[in-house]
Amino acid sequence: MAGIAVSTTINGDQAEFLCHPDETLLEVLRERLGLMGVKEGCGTGDCGACSIILDDRLVCSCLVLGAEAEGRRIATVEGMAQGDKLHPLQQKFLEHAALQCGICTPGFLIAAKDLLAKNPDPTEEEIRFGLAGNLCRCTGYDKIVRAVQDAASVMRGA
Amino acid sequence: MTFDPSHAARSFSSVGTRPIRPDGVDKVTGRARYGADFNMPGQLIGRILRSPHAHAVIRKIDTSKAEQLPGVKAVVTAADLPDLTNGDTSMYDILDNCMARRKALYDGHAVAAVAAIDAHTARQALKLIDVEYELLPHVTDVDQAFAADAPLINDTIITKGVDPKPDRASNVSMRSQFGHGDVDAGMAKADFVVERTFRTEQTHQGYIEPHACVANVSSDGTADLWVCTQGHFVYRQHCAQLLGLEASKLRVTSSEIGGGFGGKTHVWAEPVALALSRKAGRPVKLVMTRDEVFRATGPTSATSIDVKIGALKDGTIIAADATLRYSCGPYAGSWAEVGAMTAFACYKLENVRTVGYEVLVNRPKTAAYRAPSAPMAAFAVESAIDELAKKVGMDAVDFRIKNAAQEGTKASYGPVYGPIGIGPTLEAVKNHPHMKAPLGKNQGRGMACGFWFNFGGQTCTDLNIGMDGTVSLAVGTVDVGGSRASLSLVAAEELGIDYAQVRAVIADTSSLGYNDMTDGSRGTFSSSMATISAARNAIKILRARAAQMWDIPVEDVTWERGHAVAKGETHGNLPNLSLKEIAAASGTTGGPIAGHSEIVADGAGVSFATHICDIEVDPETGATKVLRYTVVQDAGKAVHPTYVEGQYQGGAAQGIGWALNEEYIYGKDGRLQNAGFLDYRIPVCSDLPMIDTQILEIPNPNHPYGVRGVGETSIVPPLAAVANAVSNAVGVRMEHIPMSPPRILAALEA
Ligand code: FES
Ligand code: FES
Repeated sequence: MAGIAVSTTINGDQAEFLCHPDETLLEVLRERLGLMGVKEGCGTGDCGACSIILDDRLVCSCLVLGAEAEGRRIATVEGMAQGDKLHPLQQKFLEHAALQCGICTPGFLIAAKDLLAKNPDPTEEEIRFGLAGNLCRCTGYDKIVRAVQDAASVMRGA
Repeated sequence: MTFDPSHAARSFSSVGTRPIRPDGVDKVTGRARYGADFNMPGQLIGRILRSPHAHAVIRKIDTSKAEQLPGVKAVVTAADLPDLTNGDTSMYDILDNCMARRKALYDGHAVAAVAAIDAHTARQALKLIDVEYELLPHVTDVDQAFAADAPLINDTIITKGVDPKPDRASNVSMRSQFGHGDVDAGMAKADFVVERTFRTEQTHQGYIEPHACVANVSSDGTADLWVCTQGHFVYRQHCAQLLGLEASKLRVTSSEIGGGFGGKTHVWAEPVALALSRKAGRPVKLVMTRDEVFRATGPTSATSIDVKIGALKDGTIIAADATLRYSCGPYAGSWAEVGAMTAFACYKLENVRTVGYEVLVNRPKTAAYRAPSAPMAAFAVESAIDELAKKVGMDAVDFRIKNAAQEGTKASYGPVYGPIGIGPTLEAVKNHPHMKAPLGKNQGRGMACGFWFNFGGQTCTDLNIGMDGTVSLAVGTVDVGGSRASLSLVAAEELGIDYAQVRAVIADTSSLGYNDMTDGSRGTFSSSMATISAARNAIKILRARAAQMWDIPVEDVTWERGHAVAKGETHGNLPNLSLKEIAAASGTTGGPIAGHSEIVADGAGVSFATHICDIEVDPETGATKVLRYTVVQDAGKAVHPTYVEGQYQGGAAQGIGWALNEEYIYGKDGRLQNAGFLDYRIPVCSDLPMIDTQILEIPNPNHPYGVRGVGETSIVPPLAAVANAVSNAVGVRMEHIPMSPPRILAALEA
């Protein structure tokens, strides 16, 4: 099977890779590029663990083909912190203990980042519906919602 | 180790605070490595072929075409996993579950596996394996399987616990019975009786991380296994026994674990990955798909439970009786037994009897799910209790308070309780503002109680003091939700140092003595006990070193707030030595300073919770919305209260999903119809309200700080609390869980 050459931007850096036509972007990110922060919970678009931002859209990377990344911008959890300075969402997730096992966390952080970019002052209900594409089995979501509310207020103040 | 009563008044300096967990930054930056996040040089990709049939004899497996496919390096079947279990029937069942031997026993049962250079080739190879099946009649429903004329799943199963011993095989592997008093005589005296049959459907733990491992077997007989598990020492034992390896030569490293809830407590794919690696002579990575996770791992029992409870006019429960049928997959289990033990554990009963039946069905082997078996029994009992309270004319909470077990009560499953929290949780609920909040149209409120035993078990911990005065704590219980933070707090508390000076890690199986797995809510309970004793052992050495540095007798040295203090008139003016100072001198005072501990952590205090739930039912669609939810639970002592709250909230959310939505749906063909998160829908963020928590602290007399396990009890009351709320809203007693919209509509129409 011939590889397709793809050129893309990941977390601000130029990235080039070869992939099979049937390979998902999730597989490419994890297995070819070593971005293991992007998680696979289902592979069918139902859990959100593989969430990334593609150009300006929140997508499940398991539903995108690697080849579709050509010329696009990709943001993953690995790009959220600036050096050793955590993104306010990351900081608030830690402070509120919004993670137990943490497998869902990268997906939630990316989904929340996308939500706050579009709606900097969401209500609780808007947060709950905004994050409804991400499954968490550990927390019951309470502390996740609070962490997002708190991060939103920090980000508005900043 | 017993509870030090002085702790009740003592102010803790670290325990009870809420610092950020030590593994936190890695988990929010994507650096934490879970089961699937690890690769080895030269690794192959493993995949498993699974039976599409619920029950079939495997006539023949032809792997030759698959073996010839370029890129395929190994194909294994049951023949590559010979039976080395030596008459140990529970290990044999695990072996048979990992790879079907004579028969495929459920849709999803593994029948063969391949290792190939990449996932694509491995998938191709599976299609080239020819399996010849001879279909057999199947049964997936617990009541149908219980019936005398049901298709027989295993013709060697003779019901245990029945006298005289039955003369023919059945699908019932065991009958168990608990209780005391004379139930029939008690029931005859009752002024009010409630009698009903309840059903619950099978659910999955639903951890977001699929099972994953990387296995590497060398030709010299040594092996490494990287795996997401709740118990790497247990996995080592299982794998070593099934593969014929020496346990000490198999090093198992537990990855970060993306949820387990009991579902990662015994092996499924790991022995297969090791067998593939052994055959191929290369490392093999094996990651399940979500479809495999649903079809082959996990699930709870489906149950059918008859309950009969009688009360006197004054509200005293005079007799309680239950018969519980629990499915256990195609192998013998003891799930109904646990259900029978827990069913009436909240109450003080003169006459009580519970009978459990383990029922084989053509579904995946039942695994533990957070307080396994207790939620279903609690659903049946707490529903009947609610109904009985109404008949007696008492408030649901007052009726339970009147009958609640207390210190000294003989539990329905045998033992006599020490200090327990059922009464206090009920009192707290009675006084909670949630109970007084008004309800609107189509809304209902329910409450329910729950019990869990908690577990202690074998535990081993090392506490090593570095020359810079920092402390590394090597623990053997897998951290499923923040226990490294709690254990660091405990080490800091005991040593009298800062939380930031302690770093806890989970050691691999070659670096620490045996530990039971993280189950039974034992992680923080048992490892904190071992940590305290390791710290106390280290303090003995620290004191001796200080004595040596001062040249005074060790008896004159005490340990206070992280410092050695010289006591007695003659050396009262010696300045205290800090842990850091003693550690810095350790090279010249006798070498490294460490404390070790190997214990069986006995006395995990029992745990009780009471939950309140408000719901609204849409009478048009039958859809139910949870409006408000409150958890009150006894923690003994909350080491890290935020993570205790998290356990309460998480269990409640899982229970709500179970109550309202989650169920395995099997077709007439015996195949699972909803093996994915789209059709097996777990609660999402927009389905739930905030979940309020109230932590009670009734010290466990068997733990130095009074700690009780907190992880599991929170899933016990929700099924009943939600069902009571729905029943109150619609005016019909709900008998079947999940209360999905069609079932609610049917109940409304009936
Ligand atoms: S892995 Fe992509 S949505 Fe679950
Ligand atoms: S923290 Fe475990 S799934 Fe969300």
